[in-house]
Amino acid sequence: MDEGLKIELGKQGVFVTTIAELYNWGRSNSIWPMQFGLACCAIEMIATTMARYDLARFGAEVFRPSPRQADLMIISGTVTKKMAPQVVRLYNQMAEPKYVIAMGACAISGGPFKQGYNVLKGIDRYIPVDVHIPGCPPRPEALLQAFMTLQKQIDAQPLTGAGRPRHLNAEAQGEFPVPVPGEHDLEPRSNPGVWPLPILNNR
Amino acid sequence: MKTVEEIKTAIEAALPEARVELVSNPSPSWQHSLRIDPGHALAIAKFLRDDADLKLDFLSNVTGVDWPDKEITEKVQVMQTIDLTYEGSDQTTEEVVEETRKRIEPGYLETVYHLYSVEKKHGPVILHMRTVNRTDQVELPSFTPLWRSAEFQEREVFDLYGIIFTGHPDLRRLLMWDEFKDHPMRKDYVEPDDFEYEPTAHDEVLKRAEAHRAALSIPAGGRV
Repeated sequence: MDEGLKIELGKQGVFVTTIAELYNWGRSNSIWPMQFGLACCAIEMIATTMARYDLARFGAEVFRPSPRQADLMIISGTVTKKMAPQVVRLYNQMAEPKYVIAMGACAISGGPFKQGYNVLKGIDRYIPVDVHIPGCPPRPEALLQAFMTLQKQIDAQPLTGAGRPRHLNAEAQGEFPVPVPGEHDLEPRSNPGVWPLPILNNR
Repeated sequence: MKTVEEIKTAIEAALPEARVELVSNPSPSWQHSLRIDPGHALAIAKFLRDDADLKLDFLSNVTGVDWPDKEITEKVQVMQTIDLTYEGSDQTTEEVVEETRKRIEPGYLETVYHLYSVEKKHGPVILHMRTVNRTDQVELPSFTPLWRSAEFQEREVFDLYGIIFTGHPDLRRLLMWDEFKDHPMRKDYVEPDDFEYEPTAHDEVLKRAEAHRAALSIPAGGRV
């Protein structure tokens, strides 16, 4: 619908919208994060929810301590290989629609522990990540930016067709395989359905 | 507090059968330590804890050390018999010849304990213990029955070095998962090769990423 006409109708007291707009407005403004933190990034996440940065302004003030009631998983910190199966399991237990923010250098790539044997080199190897934030740790402003980016992604999402959300697509993958702790490493090392090995262009 | 030499003498007086060796530390810290034999370790530790002068009631730190097999090249002077014909007659002479020999000194695993006394306000007294080798005889006595603070630290040493503490009440892995088979802090530990995606590789990570590609024979920039 024409944006100018919509504003004109609004002045006359007629509210016009589409189902998709209304639906996305609703879900993008009531994203409840899951209450769990993995490392020092969690301290910044806590700061973001407190009065100075106030995540409540964006409709995300309720941190739910149960995955069943949460919409957003903020991977705030180092994901060790011992913890990774539990993170994937918690993600599987969340109800659709669900979103993931990978917060900080460790969650997106392993960060300073990349060369170690015990840290997962990015949680996006096992679960789909909507927004990555770099930083060690990222400032609360960066988390707010990521949150607003996620809201914009949700607002722009069509409800039908190719780019529709997972919960409206009957064929979409609903459960993600939990990696099994093996004798030397996690098995498998990544989920190719979620993380097809990216092509490097810089060599 | 008594000096390390005095402690050694005290242990030897109380437990004549125990073997105690003084390990001097020439570095500025000047912290000499005692190497005790695992067979009498518990008796020695009990003596150190209960002795009226020492009263080492607090075990602050348990550490593991891995000493891999060492190849030692040394020059040895050997007497050699040489037969030679000199002016028509056979003669046998002996001559000193220098020979380079290589031998492999077997490695071992070691634990280091730091003991303090809260009551007497002194310490640390440092103890070492060595295993026989690094492969099959890796048992050492646990000090958990004497100092509870050893429990988790010995579990960590077991996890990362593979030293088996006999007499430990709950010897399980502490940091890695139960199914894990390796001991990551050993010098010969091979890390999992999960360097398949390195967008900003440099230094050590670049080396590993290249090694990963070489192992799978992937051309640079290629995809698995």
